[in-house]
Amino acid sequence: MSESLLNISVESLKRVDLITVSGRIDSSNVTELEDALNNSLQNGRFNLVLDMADVNYISSAGLRAIVAALRDCSKRGGGVRIARPSDRVQEVLSLAGLDSLFPIYEDTVSAVGSF
Amino acid sequence: MPTKHSLTVPGQYREIRQLCQFVMDGAKEAGLDETALFHVELACDEACTNIIEHGYQGEGKGTITVSWEIVPDAFVITIHDNGRAFDPDEVPPPPEFDDTNTAANIKNLKTGGLGLHFIRSLMDSVHYQFSPNGNTLTLIKKRPSAKGSNTS
Repeated sequence: MSESLLNISVESLKRVDLITVSGRIDSSNVTELEDALNNSLQNGRFNLVLDMADVNYISSAGLRAIVAALRDCSKRGGGVRIARPSDRVQEVLSLAGLDSLFPIYEDTVSAVGSF
Repeated sequence: MPTKHSLTVPGQYREIRQLCQFVMDGAKEAGLDETALFHVELACDEACTNIIEHGYQGEGKGTITVSWEIVPDAFVITIHDNGRAFDPDEVPPPPEFDDTNTAANIKNLKTGGLGLHFIRSLMDSVHYQFSPNGNTLTLIKKRPSAKGSNTS
C-alpha cells in the first residue's frame, strides 16, 4: 500500500505550465502534487493549467493543494485553470462549492489559450 | 445478527487506502452502486484523515479501527480512535462563495472543514460518540432497497 498511484508531468509552454495529473490524489500522496505546483511557482510560472482527465479520485487534501496554488498564482496576477476534469473531480469540486472559482475547459488547448 | 467486520491499522496516511478498500469491499457486498461506493470511500478517507490530522495531531500517534456491517436497510461504518475528543457538530460548514466577486473570494478562500462537509453531504446519517475508551464516528449509507425509508 505504499505505492503512490499518482502520476504528474509538467510541460512548460510559452506562457503556461501545463500540469497533467493522473491517478489518485489523497492525503498519502498530496505532497507530490504540492511539490509539482510549488516548483512551478518557484520558477516564476503563475499561469497553470491542470489537465485532470485521468484523475479517478481526489479528496479534500488534493483540493486544498489546488486552492493554495490558485491563491498564490492569483496574488501574482496569474491563475489556475482546470482542463478536462473527470466526473469524480467535477463532483468533488461541486461538493466543495469551489466549481465557481475554477474556470473549467473541455480541452487543454483552450485552457492554455485562455491565459 | 449481522456480522461485524473490523480492521485496525496504525494512524498513518498511507494506511488509509487500505481502510477505504476494506470498507469498499463491504459496501459492494451491501449492493451499493458505483456512485455510492465513491461516496463511502471519500467519507471514510476524510474521516480517517481528520483523525490523524486533528485527533492524533500527526502520524504514528495511535491506531484507527474501522468496522462495517450490513443491516437490512443500511451499510453501517464505525470508525474508532483514541485521539483528542472531537465533536463534528462544533465545526461550522465551509463558507459559501460569492462567485460575483471572484478576486475577493480567492483572497479570502478558506478550506478548513471541507472533509467534514464532505462526510455530512455524502452519508445519509453521521453520529459521533466520545467515551473514556475513545471516539467513535458512525457513518450510515442507506442500501438501494431502503432508499426513501428513514435510517437515522
